[in-house]
Amino acid sequence: MTTWAQGLDGSLWARARDPRTSGVAGLVLGVVACLLALPPIGERSILGPILVGVAASMLGLWTATRGRRRLGWGAVAAGLIGLALGVLATRSSTSNLNIVFTASLIASMFVFSTPLVFGAIGGMFSERSGVVNIGLEGMMLMGAFWGVYGADRGGSWVVGLLVAMLAGGLLALVHAFFAIHLRADQIVGGTAVNFLALGITGYFFFQLYHGEDVPAGVSTIPNLKIPGLDHVHFLGAAFGNLSLMVWLSFALVIVSYLVLFKTAIGLRIRACGEHPRAADTVGINVYAIRYASVVVSGILAALGGAYLSIGFGGGAFTDNMTAGRGFIALAAMIFGNWRPFGAFGAALLFGFSTALAYRLPAYSGSAATLFQALPYVLTLIAVAGVIGRTVPPAADGKPYKKQ
Amino acid sequence: MSEDEQGGLVSGAPTVAERLALAQRAGGVLGSLLTAAVAFFVGGLVVLASGANPLSTYRAIFDGSGLNWLFPWVTGDDRSFAAANLQQTLLLTTSLLLCGLAVAFAFRSGLFNIGGQGQYLVGSIIALWVGASFETMDGPLHIVLAIAAAALAGALYAGVAGLLKATVGAHEVITTIMLNWVAVWVGSWLFGHGGALQSHANGGSIPVSDPVSPHAHLPVFWGSPVLQGLDVGLFVALAGLLVYAVVLNRTTLGFEVRAVGFNPEAARYAGMSVARTYVITMAIAGTFAGLAGAVDVLGWEFQLGVNDVQTSQIGFIAIAVAVLGRNRALGVLASALLFGALLTGTSTRNLDPTVFRADLAANLTLIIQGLVVLFVGADVLVLWLWNRRRRLRAAVT
Repeated sequence: MTTWAQGLDGSLWARARDPRTSGVAGLVLGVVACLLALPPIGERSILGPILVGVAASMLGLWTATRGRRRLGWGAVAAGLIGLALGVLATRSSTSNLNIVFTASLIASMFVFSTPLVFGAIGGMFSERSGVVNIGLEGMMLMGAFWGVYGADRGGSWVVGLLVAMLAGGLLALVHAFFAIHLRADQIVGGTAVNFLALGITGYFFFQLYHGEDVPAGVSTIPNLKIPGLDHVHFLGAAFGNLSLMVWLSFALVIVSYLVLFKTAIGLRIRACGEHPRAADTVGINVYAIRYASVVVSGILAALGGAYLSIGFGGGAFTDNMTAGRGFIALAAMIFGNWRPFGAFGAALLFGFSTALAYRLPAYSGSAATLFQALPYVLTLIAVAGVIGRTVPPAADGKPYKKQ
Repeated sequence: MSEDEQGGLVSGAPTVAERLALAQRAGGVLGSLLTAAVAFFVGGLVVLASGANPLSTYRAIFDGSGLNWLFPWVTGDDRSFAAANLQQTLLLTTSLLLCGLAVAFAFRSGLFNIGGQGQYLVGSIIALWVGASFETMDGPLHIVLAIAAAALAGALYAGVAGLLKATVGAHEVITTIMLNWVAVWVGSWLFGHGGALQSHANGGSIPVSDPVSPHAHLPVFWGSPVLQGLDVGLFVALAGLLVYAVVLNRTTLGFEVRAVGFNPEAARYAGMSVARTYVITMAIAGTFAGLAGAVDVLGWEFQLGVNDVQTSQIGFIAIAVAVLGRNRALGVLASALLFGALLTGTSTRNLDPTVFRADLAANLTLIIQGLVVLFVGADVLVLWLWNRRRRLRAAVT
């Protein structure tokens, strides 16, 4: 750990001169250009967004000429889009802006992104070990239903989370068995898992609760109040009262980054996903690693699902509650290029677009509906290679047979 | 790829397991029947666990699907009920068959088309738009135009996934999933409040479209046109099935599709354009799904709302239809009929509530569907169990 910190310290200046830094700075400035006109800053002249947007584009151009072309052009695009949006926002009425862009928009961004973070990180573990997991949707749905069931019967949200993790893990185990031992097509298996989860949760929902609302007063996951932050302008409303699961999702991203890229276990997982034969040759038990990774992905996805029902859902469950969130989580994982922070960033972006879609009716109701398609369109653009290139693990989806 | 591995699983002289694998590969009928039987057996256990009799439940589902119409001893009122139920079953079979072909055709070239749902939605939206506009057009011409536009739209929509696969290598599963949701939200926007295709009747307060104009309805040939009788869309689907079989088995294009599906590298080495085949395959698959949307809208739906767009599942069930039918024409027909009957038989309207609760039964259908897809995807399961048995026996002796 110390060597890693020293390495970071020594290369600080080298990093600052790296064109990558200027590219990222350009991207950030692009976002700032569009944020300038929004509350709490609320710049009303068009000069601010234009200056910052142009600066972002210049940084992007500089990056592009220094070899990092994709990042550079990305920053140029971010600068121009930020400039356009920023100018547009200064033309919008202040009252509308104040309705849509409040600190609680940040809070609701986290609310919507948290299930996606859990799902996307879960999917990442599975796919990094070489098992495609499009059954995330089903595993989240299992978590959502069995989370409520556990919290209802067990009397505590802790029991709910445990039952959810168990249910998601079991469904993932089914997927793992068919994908790993039986070497079935993993996509067909994932599709089957989604059907099964829909059927199982629906069946028990009608059997146990008659398809109506779960009795009110189910224990729900508490919010964490940060002492002292309440009175801080903006930050208080944005971060002061977030669910425990939101903070857990932040921790999960950091932990999964450390596990995946800084530990021997992470190296083994990635080896199984890139070249299982080589991993097997050096004595790694490919089957065990893949089983463990898929089950972990099911457990994490189920936690994301449980957050839907006994988190911000307030202890309610509805038939097919996830409604495609598992697929957005999958999209976030791909958009984030199978990396923890990438997936986290994508989940935040998708969460933000959902949060925004809920507020856009202030401008136009029908546009808000159309806005919901944005994550999917962005992912299409990402996989088309327009923004960077998405590279899945080399052996992702390929069954491995021991020799 | 999986077939090589199956072969490699057993070595030496042809064993029983190897012959079984051969039988599966040759016909696939045995495997499919076995799969369906196991799925229904497990489904029966679920019924048993919730305290009902599995046999009488399956009997009630069978009667609810109207398939008892085929028995000559069902007479009188029962017979007319059965006829009405069977018409419902066949209406569902129609769109399941076409969407199943959309998934199956792509499968034959090695592409997994999860986007049947999106292509179906795009097809139905376009068919509805054409059907509800052009009031003055001649009836048959109007129908042909609506169907052709829907098929074209489906082809273009699926073609996007094919093009992305062919040019930048984007995985078709990812792109078709994304396209599905884009279709859902665009559809919700079109028919929702303030959407471009929302009906202005009732002051624009209901999120539904205008109805298809009456002369663009497909003619009903069995049952009452008012009570959702069976329309000629079924023949469109059967014609699609014929085209599917002929194109795949009797044309150069079909040969290329199968060659690419079997081994893209070998196909490329043989001088075929794999990229072109991917685009054409997806476009043809999308045509089938678009047709399904058109015959549903012009045949019995006549109007689409936000709710229809968001809850429709036809394109997803079609995945089960295709894999259970082993992507072969007759197999897809048989499994489309099976799932059509299962869906109709478990619907609230058709299932006898004294035997089994319909809300449970609808989810039972989903479980059976999931099991079917799970088991079909794993034809190695049989071989694995077989090997395990042999190993166990070896260990005992």
